[in-house]
Amino acid sequence: MTKKDLPVTRIEILQGTLDLIILQTLRWGPRHGYGIAQMIRAGSRDVLQVDTGSLYPALHRLERQGAVAADWEVSENSQRVRVYRLTAAGRKQLAAERSKWDQLAVAIAGLMVPPAESEP
Amino acid sequence: MKLSALLPSSRRRREAELDEELAAHLRMAEAERVAHGESPADAAANARREFGNMGLIKQITREMWGILWLERVAQDLRFGLRMLWRSPGFTTLAIFCLTLGIGANAAVFSWIEGILLRPYALVADQDRMVALAAKTGGEYGSLSWPDFLDLRQSSGHFESFTVDKITGTTLAVGDRAERVSGQIVSANYFEAIGVRPILGRGFETAEESGRNAHSVVVISYKMWTERFHGDLGILGKTQLMNGVPHTIIGVAPEGFNGTFVGYAMQFWVPASMQETFDLGGYKLEDRGARWIESYAKLKPSVTRAQAQAEISAAAKRLELQYPETNKGQSVELFPLWKTPFNNAGALFSTLRIALVVAFFVLLIACANVSNLLLVRSFARRQEMTIRLSVGAGRVRLVSQLVTESLILSAMAAAGGLLVAYGCRNLLARVLPPRGVPLYLPASIDWRVLAISGGACLATTLLFGLVPAIPASKIDLASSIKSESGGVVGGRGRTRLRSALVLLQVALSFLLLVGAGLLVKSLQRMRSASPGFSTENVLISGIDLSSAGYDVPRRRAFQSELLDRVQAIGGVRGAAYARITPFSYRTYSSAPIVIEGYVAGPNEQPAPEYDEVSPEFFATMGIPLVSGRPFVRADDESAPPVAVVNEAMAAKYWPRSNPLGRVFHLKGRAVQVVGISKMSKYGSLLESSKPFFYVPLRQNPAGVVILHIRTSLAPGAMASALSREIHSLDPGLAAGEVLTMRQQVDRKSGAQTVALTLVGIFCGLALVLATIGLYGVMSYAVSQSARELGLRMALGAAASDLLRLVMRHGLVLTAGGVLLGAAAALGSTRLLGDLLYKVSPRDPMVFGCAFVVMAAAALAACFLPAWRAARIDPVRALRDR
Repeated sequence: MTKKDLPVTRIEILQGTLDLIILQTLRWGPRHGYGIAQMIRAGSRDVLQVDTGSLYPALHRLERQGAVAADWEVSENSQRVRVYRLTAAGRKQLAAERSKWDQLAVAIAGLMVPPAESEP
Repeated sequence: MKLSALLPSSRRRREAELDEELAAHLRMAEAERVAHGESPADAAANARREFGNMGLIKQITREMWGILWLERVAQDLRFGLRMLWRSPGFTTLAIFCLTLGIGANAAVFSWIEGILLRPYALVADQDRMVALAAKTGGEYGSLSWPDFLDLRQSSGHFESFTVDKITGTTLAVGDRAERVSGQIVSANYFEAIGVRPILGRGFETAEESGRNAHSVVVISYKMWTERFHGDLGILGKTQLMNGVPHTIIGVAPEGFNGTFVGYAMQFWVPASMQETFDLGGYKLEDRGARWIESYAKLKPSVTRAQAQAEISAAAKRLELQYPETNKGQSVELFPLWKTPFNNAGALFSTLRIALVVAFFVLLIACANVSNLLLVRSFARRQEMTIRLSVGAGRVRLVSQLVTESLILSAMAAAGGLLVAYGCRNLLARVLPPRGVPLYLPASIDWRVLAISGGACLATTLLFGLVPAIPASKIDLASSIKSESGGVVGGRGRTRLRSALVLLQVALSFLLLVGAGLLVKSLQRMRSASPGFSTENVLISGIDLSSAGYDVPRRRAFQSELLDRVQAIGGVRGAAYARITPFSYRTYSSAPIVIEGYVAGPNEQPAPEYDEVSPEFFATMGIPLVSGRPFVRADDESAPPVAVVNEAMAAKYWPRSNPLGRVFHLKGRAVQVVGISKMSKYGSLLESSKPFFYVPLRQNPAGVVILHIRTSLAPGAMASALSREIHSLDPGLAAGEVLTMRQQVDRKSGAQTVALTLVGIFCGLALVLATIGLYGVMSYAVSQSARELGLRMALGAAASDLLRLVMRHGLVLTAGGVLLGAAAALGSTRLLGDLLYKVSPRDPMVFGCAFVVMAAAALAACFLPAWRAARIDPVRALRDR
């Protein structure tokens, strides 16, 4: 899906990090699917783009795993929308994924530094 | 889709909710675009474009629900059908290839089922039936009636023993005598095999004893409807058979054809009528007269080995009790498919080869479809990537691909069963005609259905999994990026496709060699000399016993007719024989005692012999080495004489001249007056064996074959013969007039069938392999268009490109041929006795197979190569 009209270089979300991003987004309160997509885009200043084809399967998978729960609500413009919220299990999973992510980030950052001291 | 109706209501509600959720998403995206100033029409279109493929998203999302098994299957099926429907070319070709492969296998299985495993329609418990055969001096033969009665007495492991000896009678139909087959059976026959006559009754115990005492007959449904027009009052009426009026006591049910592989039986008479229907005298009280063929039914849970042990012990007792007739005779049990006394044995090896060959065709078809699927999986890379990236398991992905394959193979299996159904009577049509209608039906029952289903599953795994596994190993990171990349399909996949083509070429080559060997063998058989003339000799059967002639009248009629035939213009000689060489009827055989010859401890000399008239040797062109042929003076009042063949002379009179020596046959002293050169008696494949001739006048027979040496055509001879017979007896008719060549060719039936089947399958294999090679080559050319264009831009001539592509194809072919040749060298000896005087490694045949394969390969590679040579370098480079 190439979109030449968009000004910013988009980065595809790495497999496995989508769950973390969704859970993180829901920390600020329940949200429907479209809202989550918008928030990811806005929160990353248009760098991260989440595909609808990835978002909804991921939401439904998380729902089945018990990390999120969903209810039907009526939105501000009186539309029935399905709203997702974080469950207790979801919070635990978010904490775990976050610490994994932090470790990964540190590790990758470490790799980016030239290994000067390791020279004999 | 109707399938969704099967799902529980909660699921249907959830599907509706998903629809609503996604629709809400679209509406919100649209509203936001409008709020940013887009026109409502643009906003709707852009939102939808950004959203992506709605159907696919729903599909993948639903997969996250932890779906019901049934729903998953329904989804896979629905999706698979849709994907197949979208590429009709691929689908048609794949189903076509698989239909040929599965059809070939289903057809062969249905023949094996209908001819070998469960050959007898309506007969109960065929899996417990075993055939009984006597074994003397390494050869299988018939049992005598007294032996049969004793074996029946002394058995605990058997439920029943039945006798069925094939016989025949002639029913006059207008000018042409019609031969029908029937069986001489024991009284328990119908009861034991579980077949109840639809009218009247089967036989009663008393009806199997007493010399010609019970002239009763059960007729087939076919005879009842065709000859007696379904007359409900048929019981009690009489039919003249072999000169004896027989009372019709029963009509067999429709579809029951007796118990003999090869022919449909039309009538059944009790064993007491043996003398009337089985020539060679009264045999019911003669332990030395071996004539019956017999089946036994094992008790449930008794193994064949246990039964064999019991029957061997009984045969041993008989040997001790009656050494003069039973010395060296053991009795063996055979499963139905190895029955030595009907066509099962001959067809067993042929069908076994057909099975292997059909399996090869299936393998080749699978390789083709695998290749097609591999190509397709590139086109579907994007879809696979999305599915994987949202966490659809690789197992799920493979299961989707396998479901699609399963749909293909299930359709092909249905088509294959239709093919098998269409081929059900092919064998009887391929076999040379034999004067009586052949009956070799295929049977498509649940076992054949099950095996075809199994073949369908197995092929799915074979052709479906091979491409599915690399597809599920898609490297996500690289494939998301490389959507528009230049190099499509890694080396690995190209190698896989090449390996599949290699396999196809190798198997096709193997089949070509097999077909070539069979062609050569059949040619050799056609041109081999059987030791008598096959040219300019016509034969026709004349049945006097059916017409009720007694012995003196037979003699008078036979010599009168012979005189008249010899007087027909163009006839150079004529003679009778009871059995013509290469006939399906068996020669007489009886124990003989040779003066001056001491038989070994387990030896009972009993060579086969034929009853012939004077001039037989001259008419047939069988030379005498010494002595004299029979003359008219060798009649019933003269001392018995015989002509022995060279093998008999060498075996029983090794150090002296047999002429003038005497042996004893059926209590008569027979003097040897001549020695004949060796010839073949029953088949070209037989080894040389002792054989002798006795004069027909001294051993009268009611059914004789007239042999006529003439250059007249069979048609002209038939009308002349019919004229002469009618002038002697208006109620008589001659049988079909055949050339001796036709008679000999009938015996190469197994080879003809094998050749036809292997030939057909080989043709299929070659077509499939050519398609496969063509597919791989054209795909390779289309994928490397850029490289080819570059070469051309750098100065390569069109002929260079042509050569480059051809070389690639021919290297593949050469590899396949090498593999195939290695396989052929190791396996063609399995053709065994289907090969006549042809080495299984015949270099000519291998050479021819190579030429054919190379021609097919050239044809398959040329078109893609030509296309490569015409590539426009500018376009090829720009397009990428």
